[in-house]
Amino acid sequence: MELIMSILAGVLFTAGVYNLLQKQMLRIIIGTALISHGAHLFILTMGELKTGAPPILDYDIEHYADPLPQALILTSIVISFGVTSLLLVLAYRASKENGTDNMEKLRGNEND
Amino acid sequence: MISNLAALPIVIPLIAGVLAALFHKKLKIVRVYAQVLTLINTGVVAYILFYVHQNGSVILESGDWMAPFGIVLVADMLSMTLVLTTNIVAIACIFYAPQSLSQKQEEFYFYTFYFLLISGVSGAFITGDLFNLFVFFEVLLMASYGLIVLGGEKVQLRESMKYVLINLFSSMLFVTTIAFLYSVVGTVNMAQIAERVGEVEQTGILTTIGILLFFVFGTKAALFPLYYWLPRPYIAPNPVISALFGALLTKVGIYSLLRVFSLIFVHERDVTHEFFIWIAALTLIFGSIGALSTNNIKLVVAYNIIPAVGFMLVGIGVYNSTGFSGTVYYLVHDMIIKAALFLLVGAIAYLAGTSDLRKIRGLIHHYPLLGWMFFISAFVLAGIPPFSGFVGKLVLLQGAMEADRIIIAIIGLGSSLLILLSVIRIFVRGFWGEKDESITPNRNAARGFIMPVVFLLFFSVILGVGAEWFYPSIESIGDYLMNPENYIESILKE
Repeated sequence: MELIMSILAGVLFTAGVYNLLQKQMLRIIIGTALISHGAHLFILTMGELKTGAPPILDYDIEHYADPLPQALILTSIVISFGVTSLLLVLAYRASKENGTDNMEKLRGNEND
Repeated sequence: MISNLAALPIVIPLIAGVLAALFHKKLKIVRVYAQVLTLINTGVVAYILFYVHQNGSVILESGDWMAPFGIVLVADMLSMTLVLTTNIVAIACIFYAPQSLSQKQEEFYFYTFYFLLISGVSGAFITGDLFNLFVFFEVLLMASYGLIVLGGEKVQLRESMKYVLINLFSSMLFVTTIAFLYSVVGTVNMAQIAERVGEVEQTGILTTIGILLFFVFGTKAALFPLYYWLPRPYIAPNPVISALFGALLTKVGIYSLLRVFSLIFVHERDVTHEFFIWIAALTLIFGSIGALSTNNIKLVVAYNIIPAVGFMLVGIGVYNSTGFSGTVYYLVHDMIIKAALFLLVGAIAYLAGTSDLRKIRGLIHHYPLLGWMFFISAFVLAGIPPFSGFVGKLVLLQGAMEADRIIIAIIGLGSSLLILLSVIRIFVRGFWGEKDESITPNRNAARGFIMPVVFLLFFSVILGVGAEWFYPSIESIGDYLMNPENYIESILKE
């Protein structure tokens, strides 16, 4: 199970990086969203995937689930959700003000 | 009870920021409110620093969760020194802000974002938990996203896209790296990570994770070759915002590098720290060349952030007590002087009406004090005695010599000359020369701009002239960083 999840996270990262390298703003944002999904899946996988065990840490319990990765993912999901929505608004305004959503044309030059 | 002190530098600005949002349109009140709250916070931080200096680190186990399980906040000498410096910069910026910002910018929650930024920066300095460090990075970045687009001009929107994207990407890389580290050592508490990495003698996978973390922090700190995103977004917003960014944001990155590579990944120095020296050399060279390449005075100062980061990385790379002291001293010095310089070029650009150096001349006839302040800060930046830059560079070079790193010392000195050239060029071309009759001097505005800078330069001069007083404390921080077991024991208490 861990192997499949790792490969899935890898695929998400690949697709994310591919989209990140495009010129169109919306594609870039989709790229960052895919990368953050990949990262979140990855955290979950790194905490080992188990079902049916309670998250209890005690010295005489051998079989338990690790609650920490879930707490980490939850924090990270909230953050990336916030940043993505901010980025969408920002991209909308930036493309309206500058008249283009092509990153190649948004390089800027010396005197402004 | 006393351990709650460690949370105050985070909590006070956080609450202050939220409250400032409630009356954001009443400018007179919110200005005074922000100034008073900043002063109070600085007082509290100064008290905590004094307390830590007398009694040792204050450690807060939040929610009474024992150390490796809960989040710990660690107020030790290093973090509190940096938090105090952050607050000194904040005071200068908050008194400069009303002159520099437009009414619209002030009304649109400048003070809220400002306090949240201070809270995030202080949190990143104080936390003792790697994931919590990521969270505080996000807090300060979120505030900085708000600040960078404040005003909503074309340039700002264009540059902020790049700024947000690069930071979002490096944050995601940070999370991924933490996941890797968690799967190997099974904890996110920095002290416990350090202990466990020490137990297994830092195997290959851990060194790889260390290098990944270096790339994450390197992006935030603007190291070669990851600095290309930095200069333009930093000059897009208002000067007071540029000053906050230039003084605080990259320094959080370099602080994280200092913490992680003096505490956790210290067992394979032939790979990691050797690599840092070369990266530092390239950062120094390319940063100072960048500063010479432009005629935009704001861009000159923004490029000057990069070689400073290179200097601090030298201290981490040489890995000895003197090097670490040098890095800490230089961090404090650089935070203050970068804020002063950004505020100064902001004032020059405002008073001259342009930031193009080719169009500015003879300003010293109109604004003598501004000119001399700029002259002094150029000397501070380049490291000419008796100012603080000199002491910082001296200690760093001593560290490099102790480790027999002659080449990096030469590169450092060479780039200091280029840095001096890049800023003194602004003084010579902008302030000397014929009087520009087309400008009608605005002395009142100039005074409002200069006072905060005088305040900052006062600290720079004290830090340089009074180096004898400060150096013993900084030296003890260097020793403390060389012996990570002190940090580990103080948190895990075994």
